[in-house]
Amino acid sequence: MDKSLARYIWKHTWRQQIWILCVVGISMIPYFMSFDLPKQIVNGPIQGEGFESAGTTQPFLAISIDLPWIGTLNLFNGFQLGREQMLYALSFFFLFLVMVNGLFKFYINTYKGRLGERMLRRLRFGLVDRVLRFPPFQFKRVKAAEVATMVKDEVEPLGGFIGDAFVQPALLGGQALTALVFILLQNFWLGMIAAAIVAVQVILIPKMRKRLIRLGRERQLTARQLSGRVGEIVDGINTIHVHDTSNYERADIAERLGKIFKIRYDLYQWKFLVKFINNLLAQVTPFLFYLVGGYLALRGRVDVGQLVAVIAAYKDLPGPLKDLIDWDQSRQDVQVKYQQVYEQFSVDRLVDPKIQALVQEEPNALAVPLSVTNLTMVDDSGAPLLDRVSLQVMPGQTVAIVGTPNGGGDALAEALARISWPESGRVTLGNDDLQDLPESVTGRRASYASSDAYLFAGTLRDNLFYGLKHAPLTPTKYEGAAATLRDWQIGEAKLSGNPDYDIASDWIDYASVGATGPADIIHAVMPMLAAVDLSRDILELGLRSAIDPRLHAALTGRIVELRSAMRERLEQEGLSEVVVPFEPGAYNSEATVGENLLFGAVTGKDWSPRKIAANPYFASVLAADALDEALYGMGLDIAEQAVELFRDLPPDHPFFQQLGLMTAEELPDYEALLQKLTGKPFATVSAEDRAKIIAVSFEYVEPRYRFGLLTDDIRQRVVVARQRFYEGLPGALQDAIEPYNPEKYTAAASVMDNVLFGRISNVEADAPEKIRALVFSVLENLELYDEVLDVGLDYNVGVAGRRLSNVQRQKLDVARAFLKKADIIVLNRPLLALDQRQQEQIVRNIFDELTRQQRSPTVIWVLPSAGMAPLFDRIFVFDAGSLVEEGSYETLRSENGIFRTLVSQ
Amino acid sequence: MLLKDEVGMLKRVPLFAGVEPAKLKLLAFTSDRVSYNAGQVLFRQGEEGDAAYVILTGSADILVESDAGQIKVAGVEPNAIVGEIAILCDVSRTATVQASERLEALRIRKDHFLRMLKENPEMTLEILKVLADRLSATTAELSLERSRPH
Repeated sequence: MDKSLARYIWKHTWRQQIWILCVVGISMIPYFMSFDLPKQIVNGPIQGEGFESAGTTQPFLAISIDLPWIGTLNLFNGFQLGREQMLYALSFFFLFLVMVNGLFKFYINTYKGRLGERMLRRLRFGLVDRVLRFPPFQFKRVKAAEVATMVKDEVEPLGGFIGDAFVQPALLGGQALTALVFILLQNFWLGMIAAAIVAVQVILIPKMRKRLIRLGRERQLTARQLSGRVGEIVDGINTIHVHDTSNYERADIAERLGKIFKIRYDLYQWKFLVKFINNLLAQVTPFLFYLVGGYLALRGRVDVGQLVAVIAAYKDLPGPLKDLIDWDQSRQDVQVKYQQVYEQFSVDRLVDPKIQALVQEEPNALAVPLSVTNLTMVDDSGAPLLDRVSLQVMPGQTVAIVGTPNGGGDALAEALARISWPESGRVTLGNDDLQDLPESVTGRRASYASSDAYLFAGTLRDNLFYGLKHAPLTPTKYEGAAATLRDWQIGEAKLSGNPDYDIASDWIDYASVGATGPADIIHAVMPMLAAVDLSRDILELGLRSAIDPRLHAALTGRIVELRSAMRERLEQEGLSEVVVPFEPGAYNSEATVGENLLFGAVTGKDWSPRKIAANPYFASVLAADALDEALYGMGLDIAEQAVELFRDLPPDHPFFQQLGLMTAEELPDYEALLQKLTGKPFATVSAEDRAKIIAVSFEYVEPRYRFGLLTDDIRQRVVVARQRFYEGLPGALQDAIEPYNPEKYTAAASVMDNVLFGRISNVEADAPEKIRALVFSVLENLELYDEVLDVGLDYNVGVAGRRLSNVQRQKLDVARAFLKKADIIVLNRPLLALDQRQQEQIVRNIFDELTRQQRSPTVIWVLPSAGMAPLFDRIFVFDAGSLVEEGSYETLRSENGIFRTLVSQ
Repeated sequence: MLLKDEVGMLKRVPLFAGVEPAKLKLLAFTSDRVSYNAGQVLFRQGEEGDAAYVILTGSADILVESDAGQIKVAGVEPNAIVGEIAILCDVSRTATVQASERLEALRIRKDHFLRMLKENPEMTLEILKVLADRLSATTAELSLERSRPH
C-alpha cells in the first residue's frame, strides 16, 4: 500500500488510465463538432447564409485544417448540397454526432466502472490480507467491527473514485474548456463573462466545501466508532445483562447517535448552501448572456446563430464544471478516507507474506528437538510473563507444564504456538528459528489448542476439519459453462491482484489423518472423537436432527429393522412400558392430544397447535362428531386450572417453564377469555374463541398434568377423528403433515423420534437416560452408529460455535489438534470447562489413542493442576515467570520443592 | 392418581399440613410424578441432594452403608417425605432410598421448593414450626438418653 492514494492508483492502473485518457481525448472531437453544428444549421440552411441565390450549393463534410505558418490544408472537398438537402444532411449529422458522443460516454463510463471495481477488489483484498498478517499484539488494539466497517464501507467510495481519478478531470476539464473556448471563439466578451463566472465558481465553491470535507471525516469516524460499539454490545451482551448496564449502553448509543445527527445535520445545511450558491452562479451567466449577448446582437456585433450557439454551449458548461468541482471534493474526501484506512492498516512488524505462502506439498516432519533459549515474554503493559526461560524438549517426549497461577506456563505455550511473539530470546526447532518457519510447516506439523477455542459459523464437520484445509489439494474439474465461468474468475482475480485459489476445491488434507477421501474420513477421526469423549455428544446431536432421507438412505432404509430391534431390546430390558409406541389405531397416552389427533410430524415452521386448531378443514373434522365440543370443554377446564395456579405469579417466574400449556404472556388473555366464556353455551362461542380454547387441550398429556380430564370416550373419538382427518385431507395440507407410519421413515421428525416411534413415559424414573443408552447400543449393534455420527457432524454450530456448550467446543478443539499428523502438539489448559477427573480421563484416552495409531508426537501440555502430571514423561514447573524445577514425576515428588506443594494442594 | 389427590397426600405430610391448599396445588403441579420399580433407587447415600420425594403409593427401604454392607434402618410408607433435609441445607444424602415394590412419588425439586418458601412466608413459618418441633423432640430424646445411667 502506498501512502498517497494517487500514487497507489497510478501504480496499479497506469496503462488503463492512459488508454482511457486517449479515448477521452478522441471523444473531444465529435463533442466539439456537435457544438458547432447548431450554429451551422441556423446560419446556413435555416437563415440562408451562403444560399442567397436559388441553386447554390455548399460543400458538406469538407475537411480542412488551419495550420499556423503552413496555411489551410484541404483534406476533403465534401459533397455539394443544396439548401434543403443541406438542412437534412446537417440535421442527420447532428443526430449522428449525438449517437457517437453517447457511445463514447457509454464506453468510457463502463471502462471506468470496471477499473474502479477492480481496484476496489484489490484494495479490499489487500486490507484483509493485511489483517491475516497483522502481528498478534495488533489484535488487542483493534475492534473487529471497526476493521470490518473499514473493509466493507469505508473503502467503498474509493472504488467509484478510482475510475474517475484521472479520467474525470481530463474529461470534464476538456469539456468545460471546449465549451469555454467555443464561446470565446464566438465572441470574446461573452467568453470573458463565462470565464469570469467560472473562475468565481472554481475558486469559491471548493473553499466552501472544505468544511464539508471536515464534517464528512467526522461523520466517518463517529460512524465507525458506532459500529465498533454495536459490535461490542453484541459480543458482551451477557456482561451487560448480568450487570444491569443495558441502560448505560442505551445512553452511550443515544449520545453517539446524537453526535452523528448533529454532524450530519450540519453537513446537510452546509451542503445545500453550497448548492444554492453554485446554482445561483450558474444561472447568473445565462442572464448576462441574454442581456449582453442580446445587446450585442441588436448592435449587430454578434449574429443570432452565434448567440444561440453560445447559449447552447453554455448549457454544457455548468454541468461539467459542477462535476469537476464535485470530483475535486470527492478526491479530497477519498484521500482522507484512504489516509485513515492506510493509517489503521499500516502496522509495524507485519508478517512476511513468505511465511504464509500457499504450499501444496507435504512439509518434512519436525522430528527435531525443540529449544527455548532465554525466552522473555511480556504482556501489553510490559510486565514480564516469562523471564529468560531456557529449556529443551526432545522429539516424542510428553511434557507437562505445571505451576503457580501466573507461573508463565501459558505464556510459554502461546510463544510455542506463535500466538504471542517473544520480547527477546528465541524458540528453535532443530536449527530453525520458530519465528522464521512458514505457516505451512507450523500449521501442519505442529498444532495447538487452548481453552478459548474459536469455532467458525458452519457445521461441526467444517470446524472439525478446519485444521486440515491448508491448500486446495483436490482441484475441482470444471466443464462447459462452469469452466468458462472459472476461467473468467481466474482472469478477473489476476487483474485485481487477488489469488485464484479455488474455494470450491476440496481443501481437506485427507492423507494427514490417514484417510483417502470424504468417504472414510469419519472412520479415521472417530477414535480421536471418542478419546476426547465427544462422540456421544455428536451422536446426540445426530439423534436430535431431522435428516433428508435421500442423503442418509443407509439409516432411513433400515428404519423398520431399527424399530423392531429397539422394541426387542426394550422388552429384554423390561422397559417396554417406558416407551409407548405410536399405533395407527390406538391413543398414545404419553403424547399430547394434538399429537394424537394429527398422528404425524408437521413439516415446516408454519404450523403450530394454534394454527392447526384454527384451520377450517381441521375444525370441520372435529365438528363431525362434536369432538370439538368435548375438546372445548376440556380446554376450558385446563385453562381454568392453569389460570388458577399461575395467576398470581410474575411472568418471569421459573415455574412457567413447568406450565407448557400456555406461555406467561398468554395467561392474561386466557384469564379474560375465561371470564367471557364461562357459562356460555358452546354453540354461541365464536370460532376464533373456540380455536383458542381447543388449542389448550391439544397440549394436554394426562400423565404429565394429572388433571384427570381425558376420558376413554374422548380418546376413542380422537383416534376416530385421526382417521377421518387423513381420509379427506385436502391437497394444501398434504404437504404440511407427514403421517406416522410404522413402516416408513418420517422425514420431518428427528432421528431419535424415528427410532423410538413412540413417546417416552412422563413418569418412569430416569426414563430418558435409560432409553438413550439403549438407543446407542441398538445403533451400535446394527452398525448404524457412524451413520448417526455423520448426521451429527452436520449440526450447525452457530456463530462462534455458540450453539455448542463450552465443554463441547473445548473438546472439539483438542480433537482437532490431535487429528492431524502434527509432530509437536501444544495444549494450553484446553479443557478448563471439565473437572479434573474428566480431563485426566481424556488425557489418558488421547495417549492410548496415539499409541494405537503408532504416533509419538512431542506433547507439551499446560496443566491446570499438578494432579495429572504423572501421565507425562517430564514435568516443567514454573513459578513467577521462571522455570524452577524440571524432571520426572518421581524425582520431583521426592524433592522438597514447589512441585510437591503443588501436588499436595 | 390425580393432581387433586396429590394435594390431599401433601396435606397429610406434617411438613405441609399447615400450608394453604392453593399453594400445595402449585407445588404438586410443578413437581414431577415419578414411578419406580422394585429395586430402583430414588437416591444414593453421599450424592448431592437436589429433590425431596413424597411417597404416593408403594413403599421403600432406607438403607445406610456400614462396614458390614448396607443395612436397612427404616421403611417408608405412603404420605412420608424423604430427602427433605438435603433440599433445605447443602448436605449430601445421609442414606440410600430404594423402592421395595412398585412405587410412585412426587419429586419436589430443590430450587422449586426454595422458591416457594421464599415467596410464601407463611409456608416458611409452617415448615419452621415443624422443624422446631422435630428439633425439640430430638433434643428431648437426647437429654433423656444422656440422663440415663450407663
